[in-house]
Amino acid sequence: MNDLRTFKNAAWLGWQMEANWTDPFLFMTYCVVKPIAGTLILVFMYLIVTGGNTDSEFFSFMFVGNAMYMYAAEVLFGVSWVIHDDREHYMTLKQVYIAPINFYAYVFGRAAIKIAITTVGVVITLVFGVLVLGVGIDILAMDVPLLVVSLILGFACISVLGLALGGISFLTAKHAEGINEGIAGIFYAFSGVVFPITALPSWAQSISMVLPITYWMEAVRRGLMPTTMESLNTVSGYDVTGMGGMSDLYLLGVLALSVTVFFVMSISVFRAADVVARRKGKIDWTSAY
Amino acid sequence: MTDTWMVRNLRAVRGRAYPRVIGLMREPSWMIYGTVLPLFSITAYVYVYKFIGAKPEFVGYVVLGGAMTAFWLNVLWSMAAQLYWEKETGNLQLYMIAPISRMSLLAGMAVGGLFETTTRAASTLALGVFAFGIVLTLTDPLMLVLVFLATMVALYGMGMMFASLYLLFGREAYHMSNLLMEPVYFASGFYFPVRYLGFWTALGASIIPITLGLDAMRQLFFEGAPGDAFLPVQTELAVLATLSVVFIVLAKFSLDYMEKLGKSTGRLTLRWQ
Repeated sequence: MNDLRTFKNAAWLGWQMEANWTDPFLFMTYCVVKPIAGTLILVFMYLIVTGGNTDSEFFSFMFVGNAMYMYAAEVLFGVSWVIHDDREHYMTLKQVYIAPINFYAYVFGRAAIKIAITTVGVVITLVFGVLVLGVGIDILAMDVPLLVVSLILGFACISVLGLALGGISFLTAKHAEGINEGIAGIFYAFSGVVFPITALPSWAQSISMVLPITYWMEAVRRGLMPTTMESLNTVSGYDVTGMGGMSDLYLLGVLALSVTVFFVMSISVFRAADVVARRKGKIDWTSAY
Repeated sequence: MTDTWMVRNLRAVRGRAYPRVIGLMREPSWMIYGTVLPLFSITAYVYVYKFIGAKPEFVGYVVLGGAMTAFWLNVLWSMAAQLYWEKETGNLQLYMIAPISRMSLLAGMAVGGLFETTTRAASTLALGVFAFGIVLTLTDPLMLVLVFLATMVALYGMGMMFASLYLLFGREAYHMSNLLMEPVYFASGFYFPVRYLGFWTALGASIIPITLGLDAMRQLFFEGAPGDAFLPVQTELAVLATLSVVFIVLAKFSLDYMEKLGKSTGRLTLRWQ
Protein backbone atom coordinates (compact mmCIF):
# COMPACT_ATOMS: atom_id res chain seq x y z
CA MET A 1 0.00 0.00 0.00
CA ASN A 2 2.83 2.36 0.92
CA ASP A 3 4.61 1.49 -2.32
CA LEU A 4 1.47 2.28 -4.28
CA ARG A 5 1.27 5.67 -2.57
CA THR A 6 4.93 6.33 -3.35
CA PHE A 7 4.34 5.32 -6.96
CA LYS A 8 1.33 7.64 -7.22
CA ASN A 9 3.08 10.60 -5.63
CA ALA A 10 6.19 10.08 -7.76
CA ALA A 11 4.00 10.03 -10.85
CA TRP A 12 2.31 13.24 -9.72
CA LEU A 13 5.70 14.85 -9.07
CA GLY A 14 6.90 13.71 -12.49
CA TRP A 15 3.82 15.23 -14.09
CA GLN A 16 4.41 18.57 -12.35
CA MET A 17 8.05 18.60 -13.43
CA GLU A 18 7.17 17.76 -17.02
CA ALA A 19 4.16 20.00 -17.40
CA ASN A 20 3.88 22.88 -14.96
CA TRP A 21 6.50 25.10 -16.62
CA THR A 22 3.84 26.42 -18.95
CA ASP A 23 0.09 26.56 -19.55
CA PRO A 24 -1.74 23.39 -20.65
CA PHE A 25 -2.28 24.58 -24.23
CA LEU A 26 1.39 25.29 -24.82
CA PHE A 27 2.33 22.02 -23.17
CA MET A 28 -0.01 20.10 -25.48
CA THR A 29 1.47 21.93 -28.48
CA TYR A 30 4.93 20.99 -27.24
CA CYS A 31 3.85 17.35 -26.92
CA VAL A 32 2.50 17.33 -30.46
CA VAL A 33 5.01 19.41 -32.45
CA LYS A 34 8.15 17.52 -31.46
CA PRO A 35 7.07 14.00 -32.41
CA ILE A 36 5.23 15.11 -35.54
CA ALA A 37 8.29 17.03 -36.76
CA GLY A 38 10.53 14.05 -36.06
CA THR A 39 8.20 11.86 -38.07
CA LEU A 40 7.92 14.35 -40.91
CA ILE A 41 11.67 14.10 -41.50
CA LEU A 42 11.26 10.45 -42.46
CA VAL A 43 8.02 11.09 -44.31
CA PHE A 44 9.65 13.73 -46.51
CA MET A 45 12.72 11.58 -47.11
CA TYR A 46 10.37 8.88 -48.33
CA LEU A 47 8.13 11.19 -50.35
CA ILE A 48 11.03 12.86 -52.15
CA VAL A 49 12.46 9.56 -53.34
CA THR A 50 9.21 7.76 -54.17
CA GLY A 51 7.49 10.76 -55.70
CA GLY A 52 4.71 10.97 -53.14
CA ASN A 53 3.61 7.36 -52.89
CA THR A 54 2.59 6.62 -49.30
CA ASP A 55 0.35 3.75 -50.29
CA SER A 56 2.94 1.07 -49.67
CA GLU A 57 3.50 -1.48 -46.93
CA PHE A 58 7.04 -0.25 -46.32
CA PHE A 59 5.83 3.29 -45.67
CA SER A 60 3.49 1.98 -42.96
CA PHE A 61 6.29 -0.20 -41.59
CA MET A 62 8.62 2.81 -41.34
CA PHE A 63 6.02 5.21 -39.96
CA VAL A 64 4.75 2.89 -37.23
CA GLY A 65 8.30 1.89 -36.24
CA ASN A 66 9.33 5.50 -35.87
CA ALA A 67 6.24 6.35 -33.83
CA MET A 68 6.69 3.39 -31.45
CA TYR A 69 10.39 4.12 -31.05
CA MET A 70 9.41 7.21 -29.06
CA TYR A 71 8.66 4.83 -26.20
CA ALA A 72 12.09 3.25 -26.38
CA ALA A 73 13.89 6.58 -26.38
CA GLU A 74 11.73 8.56 -23.96
CA VAL A 75 11.08 5.88 -21.35
CA LEU A 76 14.67 4.66 -21.29
CA PHE A 77 15.88 8.22 -20.91
CA GLY A 78 13.11 9.12 -18.46
CA VAL A 79 13.87 6.32 -16.00
CA SER A 80 17.61 6.76 -15.87
CA TRP A 81 17.44 10.56 -15.91
CA VAL A 82 15.55 10.58 -12.60
CA ILE A 83 18.81 9.94 -10.73
CA HIS A 84 20.80 12.58 -12.58
CA ASP A 85 18.08 15.22 -12.56
CA ASP A 86 17.17 14.83 -8.88
CA ARG A 87 20.77 14.78 -7.77
CA GLU A 88 22.49 17.33 -10.00
CA HIS A 89 19.73 19.70 -10.98
CA TYR A 90 17.11 19.80 -8.24
CA MET A 91 19.45 18.47 -5.54
CA THR A 92 16.61 16.54 -3.93
CA LEU A 93 17.91 13.01 -4.36
CA LYS A 94 19.34 12.86 -0.86
CA GLN A 95 15.96 13.70 0.70
CA VAL A 96 14.14 11.18 -1.47
CA TYR A 97 16.82 8.59 -0.79
CA ILE A 98 16.61 8.79 3.01
CA ALA A 99 12.81 8.97 3.04
CA PRO A 100 11.15 5.76 4.34
CA ILE A 101 9.86 4.74 0.90
CA ASN A 102 10.60 2.09 -1.67
CA PHE A 103 13.07 3.79 -4.00
CA TYR A 104 12.11 1.54 -6.92
CA ALA A 105 8.46 2.58 -6.55
CA TYR A 106 9.62 6.20 -6.73
CA VAL A 107 11.70 5.66 -9.88
CA PHE A 108 9.00 3.66 -11.65
CA GLY A 109 6.36 6.20 -10.61
CA ARG A 110 8.38 8.88 -12.36
CA ALA A 111 8.73 6.54 -15.37
CA ALA A 112 4.98 5.89 -15.50
CA ILE A 113 4.21 9.53 -16.20
CA LYS A 114 6.86 9.52 -18.93
CA ILE A 115 5.07 6.58 -20.53
CA ALA A 116 1.74 8.43 -20.25
CA ILE A 117 3.11 11.62 -21.86
CA THR A 118 4.88 9.65 -24.58
CA THR A 119 1.63 7.80 -25.27
CA VAL A 120 -0.01 11.13 -26.16
CA GLY A 121 2.74 11.81 -28.71
CA VAL A 122 2.58 8.28 -30.12
CA VAL A 123 -1.21 8.29 -30.46
CA ILE A 124 -1.26 11.72 -32.11
CA THR A 125 1.49 10.67 -34.52
CA LEU A 126 -0.33 7.46 -35.45
CA VAL A 127 -3.66 9.25 -35.90
CA PHE A 128 -1.92 11.83 -38.09
CA GLY A 129 -0.36 9.00 -40.09
CA VAL A 130 -3.63 7.15 -40.61
CA LEU A 131 -5.77 10.20 -41.41
CA VAL A 132 -3.32 12.30 -43.44
CA LEU A 133 -0.84 9.84 -44.90
CA GLY A 134 -2.89 6.67 -45.24
CA VAL A 135 -0.77 4.52 -42.93
CA GLY A 136 -2.09 0.95 -43.09
CA ILE A 137 -3.63 0.64 -39.63
CA ASP A 138 -7.19 -0.65 -39.59
CA ILE A 139 -8.68 -0.42 -36.09
CA LEU A 140 -11.08 -3.30 -36.79
CA ALA A 141 -8.29 -5.56 -38.03
CA MET A 142 -5.88 -4.94 -35.13
CA ASP A 143 -4.70 -7.93 -33.12
CA VAL A 144 -5.53 -6.32 -29.78
CA PRO A 145 -4.34 -9.11 -27.44
CA LEU A 146 -0.96 -9.27 -29.21
CA LEU A 147 -0.68 -5.47 -29.15
CA VAL A 148 -1.55 -5.15 -25.45
CA VAL A 149 0.73 -7.98 -24.29
CA SER A 150 3.64 -6.78 -26.42
CA LEU A 151 3.20 -3.20 -25.17
CA ILE A 152 3.21 -4.33 -21.53
CA LEU A 153 6.28 -6.52 -22.06
CA GLY A 154 8.01 -3.78 -24.02
CA PHE A 155 7.39 -1.11 -21.38
CA ALA A 156 8.60 -3.48 -18.69
CA CYS A 157 11.72 -4.32 -20.67
CA ILE A 158 12.62 -0.69 -21.41
CA SER A 159 11.86 0.43 -17.85
CA VAL A 160 14.07 -2.19 -16.19
CA LEU A 161 16.84 -1.44 -18.66
CA GLY A 162 16.45 2.22 -17.70
CA LEU A 163 16.82 1.20 -14.05
CA ALA A 164 20.23 -0.33 -14.79
CA LEU A 165 21.29 2.86 -16.53
CA GLY A 166 19.94 4.82 -13.56
CA GLY A 167 22.23 2.74 -11.33
CA ILE A 168 25.16 3.64 -13.53
CA SER A 169 24.10 7.30 -13.26
CA PHE A 170 24.70 7.03 -9.50
CA LEU A 171 28.39 6.60 -10.21
CA THR A 172 28.92 8.98 -13.12
CA ALA A 173 28.49 12.70 -13.45
CA LYS A 174 29.21 13.32 -17.06
CA HIS A 175 28.28 10.11 -18.84
CA ALA A 176 24.60 9.60 -18.04
CA GLU A 177 23.29 11.41 -21.10
CA GLY A 178 25.84 9.89 -23.49
CA ILE A 179 25.19 6.35 -22.28
CA ASN A 180 21.41 6.79 -22.52
CA GLU A 181 21.57 8.25 -26.00
CA GLY A 182 24.08 5.62 -27.06
CA ILE A 183 21.82 2.74 -26.03
CA ALA A 184 18.78 4.40 -27.63
CA GLY A 185 20.87 5.05 -30.77
CA ILE A 186 21.86 1.38 -31.00
CA PHE A 187 18.18 0.45 -30.84
CA TYR A 188 17.34 2.98 -33.57
CA ALA A 189 20.01 1.77 -35.96
CA PHE A 190 19.92 -1.97 -35.31
CA SER A 191 16.40 -2.91 -34.19
CA GLY A 192 14.54 -2.52 -37.46
CA VAL A 193 12.85 0.67 -36.33
CA VAL A 194 12.65 2.52 -39.64
CA PHE A 195 13.99 -0.07 -42.07
CA PRO A 196 14.00 -3.87 -42.04
CA ILE A 197 17.02 -5.48 -40.44
CA THR A 198 17.59 -7.50 -43.64
CA ALA A 199 18.90 -4.27 -45.19
CA LEU A 200 21.84 -4.37 -42.78
CA PRO A 201 25.05 -6.32 -43.41
CA SER A 202 24.99 -9.81 -41.89
CA TRP A 203 27.30 -8.93 -38.96
CA ALA A 204 24.92 -6.11 -38.01
CA GLN A 205 21.91 -8.42 -38.29
CA SER A 206 23.52 -10.61 -35.63
CA ILE A 207 23.48 -7.59 -33.30
CA SER A 208 19.83 -6.95 -34.20
CA MET A 209 18.82 -10.45 -33.24
CA VAL A 210 20.06 -10.09 -29.65
CA LEU A 211 18.28 -6.77 -29.05
CA PRO A 212 14.84 -7.16 -27.43
CA ILE A 213 13.58 -4.01 -29.17
CA THR A 214 13.88 -5.85 -32.51
CA TYR A 215 11.32 -8.41 -31.33
CA TRP A 216 9.20 -5.72 -29.69
CA MET A 217 9.00 -3.69 -32.91
CA GLU A 218 7.92 -6.76 -34.88
CA ALA A 219 5.31 -7.77 -32.28
CA VAL A 220 3.85 -4.27 -32.00
CA ARG A 221 3.66 -3.88 -35.77
CA ARG A 222 1.90 -7.24 -36.10
CA GLY A 223 -0.53 -6.19 -33.37
CA LEU A 224 -1.27 -2.79 -34.90
CA MET A 225 -1.41 -3.76 -38.59
CA PRO A 226 -1.42 -7.52 -39.08
CA THR A 227 -2.63 -7.42 -42.69
CA THR A 228 -0.04 -4.84 -43.74
CA MET A 229 2.75 -6.89 -42.17
CA GLU A 230 1.53 -10.01 -43.97
CA SER A 231 1.36 -8.33 -47.35
CA LEU A 232 4.80 -6.66 -46.84
CA ASN A 233 6.43 -10.03 -47.32
CA THR A 234 3.96 -11.22 -49.97
CA VAL A 235 4.41 -8.11 -52.16
CA SER A 236 8.20 -8.19 -51.83
CA GLY A 237 8.40 -11.90 -52.57
CA TYR A 238 10.82 -12.56 -49.69
CA ASP A 239 10.98 -12.32 -45.92
CA VAL A 240 11.67 -8.56 -45.80
CA THR A 241 11.67 -8.23 -42.03
CA GLY A 242 13.76 -11.34 -41.53
CA MET A 243 11.28 -12.37 -38.83
CA GLY A 244 8.46 -13.69 -40.96
CA GLY A 245 9.14 -17.25 -39.81
CA MET A 246 8.69 -16.38 -36.13
CA SER A 247 5.28 -16.93 -34.59
CA ASP A 248 3.59 -14.30 -32.41
CA LEU A 249 4.04 -16.57 -29.43
CA TYR A 250 7.75 -16.89 -30.11
CA LEU A 251 8.13 -13.09 -30.24
CA LEU A 252 6.28 -12.69 -26.95
CA GLY A 253 8.34 -15.49 -25.43
CA VAL A 254 11.59 -13.75 -26.37
CA LEU A 255 10.25 -10.49 -24.93
CA ALA A 256 9.17 -12.16 -21.68
CA LEU A 257 12.59 -13.79 -21.38
CA SER A 258 14.27 -10.43 -22.04
CA VAL A 259 12.20 -8.79 -19.31
CA THR A 260 13.22 -11.51 -16.85
CA VAL A 261 16.91 -11.34 -17.74
CA PHE A 262 17.00 -7.54 -17.74
CA PHE A 263 15.06 -7.42 -14.48
CA VAL A 264 17.59 -9.61 -12.67
CA MET A 265 20.50 -7.83 -14.33
CA SER A 266 19.14 -4.33 -13.69
CA ILE A 267 18.33 -4.94 -10.03
CA SER A 268 21.84 -6.36 -9.56
CA VAL A 269 23.48 -3.42 -11.31
CA PHE A 270 21.34 -0.91 -9.46
CA ARG A 271 22.05 -2.46 -6.05
CA ALA A 272 25.76 -2.76 -6.73
CA ALA A 273 25.89 0.86 -7.90
CA ASP A 274 23.87 1.91 -4.87
CA VAL A 275 26.36 0.26 -2.50
CA VAL A 276 29.34 1.85 -4.24
CA ALA A 277 27.60 5.24 -4.37
CA ARG A 278 26.93 5.12 -0.62
CA ARG A 279 30.46 4.06 0.16
CA LYS A 280 31.95 6.82 -1.98
CA GLY A 281 29.46 9.47 -0.87
CA LYS A 282 27.95 9.97 -4.30
CA ILE A 283 24.27 10.01 -3.32
CA ASP A 284 24.29 13.77 -2.76
CA TRP A 285 27.18 14.44 -5.10
CA THR A 286 26.87 17.47 -7.38
CA SER A 287 29.27 18.30 -10.14
CA ALA A 288 27.47 21.08 -12.03
CA TYR A 289 26.62 18.79 -14.97
CA MET B 1 49.46 48.96 -15.60
CA THR B 2 45.79 49.36 -16.34
CA ASP B 3 44.35 47.20 -19.05
CA THR B 4 42.51 48.89 -21.82
CA TRP B 5 38.85 48.01 -22.39
CA MET B 6 39.81 46.11 -25.51
CA VAL B 7 42.48 43.99 -23.81
CA ARG B 8 40.14 43.15 -20.93
CA ASN B 9 37.44 41.98 -23.30
CA LEU B 10 39.81 39.99 -25.46
CA ARG B 11 40.96 38.26 -22.29
CA ALA B 12 37.33 37.57 -21.44
CA VAL B 13 36.83 35.99 -24.86
CA ARG B 14 39.92 33.84 -24.37
CA GLY B 15 38.96 32.98 -20.80
CA ARG B 16 35.45 31.86 -21.72
CA ALA B 17 36.65 29.92 -24.77
CA TYR B 18 39.35 28.16 -22.75
CA PRO B 19 37.18 25.67 -20.81
CA ARG B 20 35.48 24.56 -24.00
CA VAL B 21 38.74 24.00 -25.84
CA ILE B 22 40.52 22.37 -22.93
CA GLY B 23 37.37 20.36 -22.14
CA LEU B 24 38.03 18.31 -25.26
CA MET B 25 41.28 17.08 -23.70
CA ARG B 26 39.96 16.80 -20.14
CA GLU B 27 36.96 14.67 -20.98
CA PRO B 28 37.80 12.65 -24.11
CA SER B 29 34.72 10.44 -23.63
CA TRP B 30 32.59 13.42 -24.67
CA MET B 31 34.47 13.52 -27.94
CA ILE B 32 33.49 9.89 -28.50
CA TYR B 33 29.84 10.57 -27.62
CA GLY B 34 29.80 13.67 -29.81
CA THR B 35 31.30 11.84 -32.75
CA VAL B 36 29.63 8.44 -32.52
CA LEU B 37 26.09 9.24 -31.31
CA PRO B 38 25.02 11.13 -34.47
CA LEU B 39 26.20 8.14 -36.49
CA PHE B 40 23.30 6.00 -35.20
CA SER B 41 20.60 8.22 -36.68
CA ILE B 42 22.76 8.79 -39.77
CA THR B 43 23.04 5.01 -40.22
CA ALA B 44 19.29 4.55 -39.88
CA TYR B 45 18.53 7.29 -42.42
CA VAL B 46 21.18 6.01 -44.82
CA TYR B 47 19.60 2.56 -44.79
CA VAL B 48 16.14 4.03 -45.32
CA TYR B 49 17.43 5.82 -48.42
CA LYS B 50 19.20 2.70 -49.63
CA PHE B 51 16.14 0.54 -49.02
CA ILE B 52 13.84 2.79 -51.06
CA GLY B 53 16.40 3.16 -53.85
CA ALA B 54 17.39 6.82 -53.51
CA LYS B 55 20.18 8.15 -55.72
CA PRO B 56 23.66 7.93 -54.10
CA GLU B 57 23.91 11.68 -53.40
CA PHE B 58 21.16 11.34 -50.80
CA VAL B 59 23.37 9.15 -48.67
CA GLY B 60 25.96 11.93 -48.76
CA TYR B 61 23.31 14.52 -47.89
CA VAL B 62 22.38 12.54 -44.79
CA VAL B 63 25.98 12.15 -43.63
CA LEU B 64 26.74 15.85 -44.11
CA GLY B 65 23.45 16.90 -42.51
CA GLY B 66 23.95 14.49 -39.62
CA ALA B 67 27.42 15.86 -38.97
CA MET B 68 26.06 19.42 -39.04
CA THR B 69 23.49 18.61 -36.35
CA ALA B 70 26.39 18.99 -33.90
CA PHE B 71 26.49 22.73 -34.60
CA TRP B 72 22.78 23.22 -34.10
CA LEU B 73 22.85 21.23 -30.86
CA ASN B 74 25.84 23.23 -29.68
CA VAL B 75 24.07 26.50 -30.44
CA LEU B 76 20.91 25.37 -28.63
CA TRP B 77 22.40 23.76 -25.55
CA SER B 78 25.74 25.48 -25.15
CA MET B 79 24.95 28.96 -26.43
CA ALA B 80 21.24 29.68 -26.12
CA ALA B 81 20.72 27.79 -22.86
CA GLN B 82 24.16 28.57 -21.45
CA LEU B 83 23.29 31.67 -19.45
CA TYR B 84 20.39 29.72 -17.96
CA TRP B 85 22.81 26.95 -16.89
CA GLU B 86 25.17 29.59 -15.54
CA LYS B 87 22.31 30.98 -13.49
CA GLU B 88 21.55 27.51 -12.14
CA THR B 89 25.18 26.88 -11.17
CA GLY B 90 25.68 30.34 -9.68
CA ASN B 91 28.19 31.72 -12.20
CA LEU B 92 25.89 34.26 -13.80
CA GLN B 93 26.12 36.76 -10.99
CA LEU B 94 29.92 36.69 -11.28
CA TYR B 95 29.69 37.38 -14.99
CA MET B 96 27.33 40.26 -14.33
CA ILE B 97 29.63 42.05 -11.92
CA ALA B 98 32.79 41.45 -13.97
CA PRO B 99 34.06 44.66 -15.62
CA ILE B 100 33.64 43.33 -19.14
CA SER B 101 31.12 43.39 -21.92
CA ARG B 102 28.68 40.49 -21.77
CA MET B 103 29.15 40.20 -25.54
CA SER B 104 32.75 39.13 -24.89
CA LEU B 105 31.52 36.26 -22.78
CA LEU B 106 29.12 35.15 -25.47
CA ALA B 107 31.82 35.54 -28.12
CA GLY B 108 34.15 33.40 -26.00
CA MET B 109 31.49 30.73 -25.66
CA ALA B 110 30.95 30.86 -29.42
CA VAL B 111 34.66 30.59 -30.26
CA GLY B 112 35.19 27.72 -27.82
CA GLY B 113 32.00 25.97 -28.90
CA LEU B 114 32.88 26.36 -32.55
CA PHE B 115 36.30 24.80 -32.03
CA GLU B 116 34.88 21.95 -29.98
CA THR B 117 31.99 21.27 -32.33
CA THR B 118 34.00 21.54 -35.53
CA THR B 119 36.28 18.82 -34.21
CA ARG B 120 33.31 16.56 -33.47
CA ALA B 121 31.45 17.30 -36.70
CA ALA B 122 34.58 16.75 -38.81
CA SER B 123 35.16 13.40 -37.08
CA THR B 124 31.54 12.35 -37.66
CA LEU B 125 31.76 13.41 -41.30
CA ALA B 126 35.04 11.53 -41.79
CA LEU B 127 33.63 8.38 -40.19
CA GLY B 128 30.42 8.64 -42.22
CA VAL B 129 32.30 9.17 -45.48
CA PHE B 130 34.50 6.17 -44.71
CA ALA B 131 31.69 3.89 -43.49
CA PHE B 132 29.32 4.54 -46.38
CA GLY B 133 31.87 5.04 -49.16
CA ILE B 134 30.75 8.55 -50.04
CA VAL B 135 32.46 10.36 -52.87
CA LEU B 136 33.08 14.06 -52.20
CA THR B 137 33.94 16.18 -55.24
CA LEU B 138 35.20 19.47 -53.92
CA THR B 139 35.65 21.83 -56.86
CA ASP B 140 35.78 25.18 -55.05
CA PRO B 141 37.47 24.87 -51.64
CA LEU B 142 37.70 28.64 -51.12
CA MET B 143 33.97 29.03 -51.56
CA LEU B 144 33.41 26.15 -49.15
CA VAL B 145 35.52 27.89 -46.50
CA LEU B 146 33.65 31.16 -47.04
CA VAL B 147 30.25 29.48 -46.83
CA PHE B 148 31.23 27.56 -43.71
CA LEU B 149 32.57 30.67 -41.97
CA ALA B 150 29.54 32.77 -42.91
CA THR B 151 27.22 30.00 -41.73
CA MET B 152 29.01 29.70 -38.41
CA VAL B 153 29.16 33.44 -37.73
CA ALA B 154 25.44 33.78 -38.50
CA LEU B 155 24.55 30.64 -36.54
CA TYR B 156 26.53 31.53 -33.44
CA GLY B 157 25.27 35.11 -33.73
CA MET B 158 21.79 33.65 -33.54
CA GLY B 159 22.93 31.60 -30.53
CA MET B 160 24.19 34.78 -28.83
CA MET B 161 20.82 36.40 -29.42
CA PHE B 162 18.98 33.36 -28.04
CA ALA B 163 21.26 33.34 -24.98
CA SER B 164 19.93 36.67 -23.85
CA LEU B 165 16.33 35.71 -24.61
CA TYR B 166 16.77 32.53 -22.60
CA LEU B 167 18.03 34.61 -19.69
CA LEU B 168 14.52 35.16 -18.47
CA PHE B 169 13.52 31.54 -18.82
CA GLY B 170 13.34 29.10 -15.99
CA ARG B 171 12.72 25.49 -16.85
CA GLU B 172 11.29 26.73 -20.15
CA ALA B 173 14.90 26.97 -21.36
CA TYR B 174 15.29 23.20 -21.30
CA HIS B 175 11.97 22.62 -23.01
CA MET B 176 12.56 25.36 -25.55
CA SER B 177 15.88 23.84 -26.63
CA ASN B 178 14.28 20.42 -26.67
CA LEU B 179 11.47 21.72 -28.85
CA LEU B 180 13.82 23.36 -31.33
CA MET B 181 15.59 20.14 -32.25
CA GLU B 182 13.44 17.91 -34.50
CA PRO B 183 11.35 20.75 -36.00
CA VAL B 184 14.54 22.51 -37.08
CA TYR B 185 16.09 19.28 -38.37
CA PHE B 186 12.98 18.98 -40.50
CA ALA B 187 12.53 22.59 -41.62
CA SER B 188 16.23 23.17 -42.34
CA GLY B 189 16.57 20.00 -44.40
CA PHE B 190 19.27 18.31 -42.36
CA TYR B 191 18.43 14.93 -43.91
CA PHE B 192 16.99 15.93 -47.29
CA PRO B 193 17.37 18.94 -49.60
CA VAL B 194 15.30 21.83 -48.22
CA ARG B 195 14.12 22.71 -51.72
CA TYR B 196 11.62 19.85 -51.57
CA LEU B 197 9.69 21.60 -48.80
CA GLY B 198 8.57 24.15 -51.38
CA PHE B 199 9.89 27.65 -52.08
CA TRP B 200 8.06 29.59 -49.35
CA THR B 201 8.72 27.05 -46.60
CA ALA B 202 12.38 26.88 -47.56
CA LEU B 203 12.53 30.66 -47.64
CA GLY B 204 11.02 30.85 -44.15
CA ALA B 205 13.44 28.21 -42.87
CA SER B 206 16.35 30.25 -44.26
CA ILE B 207 16.15 32.49 -41.20
CA ILE B 208 18.02 29.65 -39.51
CA PRO B 209 21.50 30.07 -41.02
CA ILE B 210 22.27 26.39 -41.20
CA THR B 211 19.49 25.92 -43.78
CA LEU B 212 21.29 27.90 -46.47
CA GLY B 213 24.73 26.88 -45.23
CA LEU B 214 23.91 23.20 -45.55
CA ASP B 215 22.30 23.68 -48.94
CA ALA B 216 25.37 25.53 -50.22
CA MET B 217 27.81 23.00 -48.76
CA ARG B 218 25.92 20.15 -50.40
CA GLN B 219 26.26 21.91 -53.75
CA LEU B 220 29.98 22.29 -53.19
CA PHE B 221 30.55 18.73 -51.98
CA PHE B 222 28.37 16.61 -54.28
CA GLU B 223 28.33 16.56 -58.05
CA GLY B 224 24.61 15.97 -58.50
CA ALA B 225 23.55 18.35 -55.73
CA PRO B 226 22.94 21.53 -57.78
CA GLY B 227 19.83 19.77 -59.17
CA ASP B 228 18.50 19.52 -55.60
CA ALA B 229 19.59 23.02 -54.56
CA PHE B 230 17.32 25.74 -53.22
CA LEU B 231 19.34 28.80 -54.33
CA PRO B 232 22.70 29.36 -56.09
CA VAL B 233 25.73 29.23 -53.75
CA GLN B 234 26.64 32.90 -54.30
CA THR B 235 23.16 34.03 -53.32
CA GLU B 236 23.21 31.85 -50.24
CA LEU B 237 26.59 33.26 -49.23
CA ALA B 238 25.29 36.82 -49.56
CA VAL B 239 22.23 36.04 -47.43
CA LEU B 240 24.39 34.34 -44.80
CA ALA B 241 26.70 37.36 -44.63
CA THR B 242 23.68 39.59 -44.08
CA LEU B 243 22.28 37.29 -41.42
CA SER B 244 25.65 37.36 -39.62
CA VAL B 245 25.48 41.12 -39.20
CA VAL B 246 21.79 41.14 -38.31
CA PHE B 247 22.07 38.47 -35.62
CA ILE B 248 25.13 39.97 -33.94
CA VAL B 249 23.52 43.41 -33.78
CA LEU B 250 20.29 41.89 -32.47
CA ALA B 251 22.29 39.89 -29.92
CA LYS B 252 23.80 43.11 -28.55
CA PHE B 253 20.43 44.85 -28.28
CA SER B 254 18.60 41.89 -26.77
CA LEU B 255 21.39 41.22 -24.29
CA ASP B 256 21.31 44.81 -23.04
CA TYR B 257 17.53 44.77 -22.83
CA MET B 258 17.26 41.42 -21.09
CA GLU B 259 20.02 42.25 -18.63
CA LYS B 260 18.23 45.45 -17.69
CA LEU B 261 14.91 43.64 -17.42
CA GLY B 262 16.45 40.80 -15.43
CA LYS B 263 17.99 43.22 -12.94
CA SER B 264 14.81 45.26 -12.53
CA THR B 265 12.65 42.17 -11.97
CA GLY B 266 15.27 40.56 -9.74
CA ARG B 267 15.30 37.29 -11.69
CA LEU B 268 18.93 37.23 -12.78
CA THR B 269 20.00 34.99 -9.94
CA LEU B 270 16.73 33.19 -9.30
CA ARG B 271 17.27 29.44 -9.52
CA TRP B 272 15.03 26.34 -9.80
CA GLN B 273 12.09 28.23 -11.25
